Amino acid sequence: MAEATVRSVPLDRARILQWLQTYGVYAGVALLLVVNIVITPHFLSAENFRTQAVQVAPVIIVALGMALVIGTEGVDLSVGAVMALAASVTALYLGYGLLPALLVVAVFAAGVGLANGALVAFVGVQPIVATLALMVGGRGLALVLLPQLEDLRNPALASLGSGDVLGVPYLILIATVLALLVAFVVRRTTFGRQLLAIGDSRPAAQLAGLPVRRVLIVVYVVCALLAAVAGVLATARLQASDPTSLGNLMELSAITAVVVGGTPLTGGRVNIAGTVAGAVLIQLLTATLIKHDLPPSWTQIAQAIVIVCAVYAARGRGKR
Amino acid sequence: MTVTKTDARVTAAGGGEPAAAGEPAGPARSERLTALVQQHGALAVLVVVSLVASFSFESFATGDNVGNMATSSAFLAIVALGMTFVIITGGIDLSVGSLFALGGVLAAWGSRHGTLVALLLPLVVCGAIGVVNGLLVARSRLAPFIVTLAAMLGARGLMLALTDEGADTYLIGKGSFLAELGQGTTFGIGNPVWITLALFVAGAVVLRRTRFGQHVYAVGGNEDAAALMGAPVARTKILVYTLSAVLAGLAGALNAAWLASGVTILGNGMELEAISAVVIGGTLLTGGLGYVSGSLVGVLLLKVIQNVINQIGSLDSSYQQVVSGAFLAVVVVAQTWLGRRRQLV
Amino acid sequence: MAPPAEVLAVRGLSKTFPGVRALDDVDLTLHPGEVHALIGENGAGKSTLIKLLTGVHRPDAGDIVFQGSAVSFATPLDAQKAGISTIYQEVNLIPLLSVARNLFLGREPRNRVGLLDFPRMHREAEETLRAYGVRVDVRRPLRTLGVGAQQMVALARAVASEARIVIMDEPTSSLEPREVETLFSVIRRLRDEGIAVIYVSHRLDELYAVCDTVTVLRDGRRVHHGRLAELDRLSLVSTMLGRELGEVRAEGLTKFTGDHHATDAQPVLEARDLTVPHQLHGVSVSIRPGEVVGLGGLLGSGRTETAKAISGALATSAGSVTVAGVPLRGGSTPAAIRAGISLLPEDRKSEGIVPGLSVRENISLAVLPRLSRFGLVSEARVDSIVDTFIERLRIKASSPQQKVGELSGGNQQKVLLARWLAMNPKVLLLDEPTRGIDVGAKAEVQKLVDELAADGLGVLLISSDLEELIEGSDRVVVLKDGAVVGELTGDEVTEDKLMRTIAGHAPARDTVEEAATDG
Repeated sequence: MAEATVRSVPLDRARILQWLQTYGVYAGVALLLVVNIVITPHFLSAENFRTQAVQVAPVIIVALGMALVIGTEGVDLSVGAVMALAASVTALYLGYGLLPALLVVAVFAAGVGLANGALVAFVGVQPIVATLALMVGGRGLALVLLPQLEDLRNPALASLGSGDVLGVPYLILIATVLALLVAFVVRRTTFGRQLLAIGDSRPAAQLAGLPVRRVLIVVYVVCALLAAVAGVLATARLQASDPTSLGNLMELSAITAVVVGGTPLTGGRVNIAGTVAGAVLIQLLTATLIKHDLPPSWTQIAQAIVIVCAVYAARGRGKR
Repeated sequence: MTVTKTDARVTAAGGGEPAAAGEPAGPARSERLTALVQQHGALAVLVVVSLVASFSFESFATGDNVGNMATSSAFLAIVALGMTFVIITGGIDLSVGSLFALGGVLAAWGSRHGTLVALLLPLVVCGAIGVVNGLLVARSRLAPFIVTLAAMLGARGLMLALTDEGADTYLIGKGSFLAELGQGTTFGIGNPVWITLALFVAGAVVLRRTRFGQHVYAVGGNEDAAALMGAPVARTKILVYTLSAVLAGLAGALNAAWLASGVTILGNGMELEAISAVVIGGTLLTGGLGYVSGSLVGVLLLKVIQNVINQIGSLDSSYQQVVSGAFLAVVVVAQTWLGRRRQLV
Repeated sequence: MAPPAEVLAVRGLSKTFPGVRALDDVDLTLHPGEVHALIGENGAGKSTLIKLLTGVHRPDAGDIVFQGSAVSFATPLDAQKAGISTIYQEVNLIPLLSVARNLFLGREPRNRVGLLDFPRMHREAEETLRAYGVRVDVRRPLRTLGVGAQQMVALARAVASEARIVIMDEPTSSLEPREVETLFSVIRRLRDEGIAVIYVSHRLDELYAVCDTVTVLRDGRRVHHGRLAELDRLSLVSTMLGRELGEVRAEGLTKFTGDHHATDAQPVLEARDLTVPHQLHGVSVSIRPGEVVGLGGLLGSGRTETAKAISGALATSAGSVTVAGVPLRGGSTPAAIRAGISLLPEDRKSEGIVPGLSVRENISLAVLPRLSRFGLVSEARVDSIVDTFIERLRIKASSPQQKVGELSGGNQQKVLLARWLAMNPKVLLLDEPTRGIDVGAKAEVQKLVDELAADGLGVLLISSDLEELIEGSDRVVVLKDGAVVGELTGDEVTEDKLMRTIAGHAPARDTVEEAATDG
């Protein structure tokens, strides 16, 4: 009897942890919604939801790429720098029109991703360090290209930032489309399955003849490209290029969204819906604190606690 | 995403060397050369860059400029010292930049209640955060980067909460002991420089000449083997994260004393500079090998490059970051490559 | 029987892991100064026994009496402090630290101020190591030493920490002959000093050279113990493998039907002079279509390495592989797979399955690019392949969506087989295909191997199960210490012949010559 109860306790705990990991983020979002509906005045307005969604869109886009990288048991610290780089390059080449500018942005971002991927896949540098180098260098390059904030006056860019379709801002549309696209890639393409296999068991993937290096490089390039998209969108919304502060701490927000969303840092699993929900959760948390006149410092402390809790919860299940 | 240790397995190295007799004949010289490059490469670069700079710019090798460089290097160097210990154990501490800022604010705030409070408060608060970092890494076995990333955020939040979201700047009164500590000079050299040198000597002695130091190397070299050999792995890890946090807080406090105020916008990106300096100085990111002296050289190299970029008037100071990033990448690639040659990887 | 002076007395030790009885009622007695050989094939329970003795695991039943009192170690460190040290084949020291620091870690000499006294440490380290035949600059990093010297440092450290028992787990697996000699002289010195040694090795020459007594484990039980000198080599091998000499079997127990119609066709796979430093020394194997070639030999003889070298997973320093006459670029697994080589690795859990992915995804993993257009997976084609193989191999899973990590060993193995069969390979390299799987699944896998060969595949079969190897193979290539020492063909493919070849008795030489003239 006594034994049975002793045994059932850790089992229940494991089950609770498991449940928290899979659905905790949605429960958190729901809880925050309910709390806000009750205590926050004017929370239930289309305008408010629109604002929140527009604010969270860039984080979601960056977190999508981060989720892919974390799925391979890596991490990309350079995403914030890539956003800044995208902002500078946009400002520099906007004179030639929006599309050419976007192409140049893509080239720069792909370059950063390629460098990250090559360092990780070919040289064998740990992802943290490889992307750290690009984080420092990338931000520097952004500032070299454009030393200070510059106002941008381009109608196409402006409409990208603040335009909408049937009341839904472009930003939200783009983030939604990208989230669906990435989810599709993870679920339905060769690349997606190879990525998960590599993250789950690198030796087995290698022995199964998978193109491990190619997949890793593509993952880092995709992550950089997504960060660049977020950078351009954020710039379009601001109507100004701000390489000094754009994307600061973005790597942290993205990692938080991914981890809170139930994607383990140990690789082999990518939860796109959870990642989106994770970003939304952090956004709601921040908004709640701000609306109730709690200073940003509280938000940061709260976010730190959420990260540690999420990682701690994921720890038990970690790798098998 | 834990930092994976290089396999303890000693690959059948060096072919048919007469190992029981112990002297691997062939690889010995290249081995020594590799070790030399690893340990002193940064020093050689520092000397060359300094020489070139002093011939190119009249204002480089002047007493004023050197003094300025030394003082401004001091704070980063203290942070890098703690980081060296953490990295040798195979970990990483991303919270030092925030702790640096927090330490400065706490020192300035505390200076109203006397010098002792001003000095102790940052050390105690930052040390406590370091203990939490260490516990989460060593006992809960969470990945160091994510733990210290969270601490970075939390410490910055705490600092902002103390300063009314960065609006308040606490000043340190002129003529106080604290101000003297930061701004005064002894034998013509700034006090922070003396303190830094003393800390580095102490750090070197601790690392090379005490059992704790041996444990730091052992934990980073092969954690499982270290545990089997009786090294207190968890305690060592907790201690290094605490040490790193305390040193970051101290550096912040000294910096505040130097500036006569607790400036809230400092310390952003400092963790990256410190990591770069440590790695450039020859400490292996995978742990188990590193030098306190190398980290000092790494810091000086970064600051000299920064100074040179400033001397070239036409260049923006952000080139510093590009150069640092590129330098870090080159050093890491070289390290991985050298390491593979030495069959560490 | 045993004098009271025994240093270690193990009684009725048992240990069960989920699904496996790893150790079953095992006794072991050890006297000071005794060198005791502990042998057995993979899965016999040697490592479990060692882990119980050194505090890695705790026994389910039985006592360990060490120096007269019952002990229960919580950690390996506890065992070490009490006086039971283990020298692993992979040296468990810190490669980047200096030799002296490794030797003294945790008990460094200190001067009056409490700082480490390096001159004294270096002096003492040099003196200590000289007794072990190691003459090096002790300030050098440990890893710059040869493996043999490193092992000596580990040994010196163990002895210096006042070990009463030293367990050596395959200490010679990466040593040069000269280093082995040094090790033996050290072992003899330990013996003279009254330290007991448990020596685990598969190299018979070494066992007879240095050990006094022996315990043979098989399937978790002690099947023999006594003085080693009273057991000749052939009996030792047969005890270990669990086969009576000259035992005539009326009917095979395996599901192999035996006769394959090995044609005289050109070999589908030809591996020549495969060399991997320290592991393989010029191994050549050829397989014809429809032929099952067995790789015989004891653990550590180079069987797995041969399979890995052929499949490009292990880089070779010399040698060549051709598939159906086309030479293969070495060291590339994708190239080998494209050429039609499939390897079922020995370590199913860490190198075979991708545990977090589903049965469906595991089966389709390698063949995925062929089932995709523009990188887009055709779910219908995946389903059809997965269903085909689940049915054909009778894979038992709750659904194709079940995680492979949750399946039984046998079903995991079938999933891996399905992964490779979906690729339509020309050659299948099977490394211990039936290890750790239940009887029913084992029979099914064996039957399948037969069918595949009948379909014209070339199969390389590695198995520690002698019966399986003999009955499943048309021809057996015997390896020893990383080189081919014999080849059994036709009527010679018998357990008796195989064991004699492995034991290195005279008939083996004949076999080599016969095989050579037959060739």
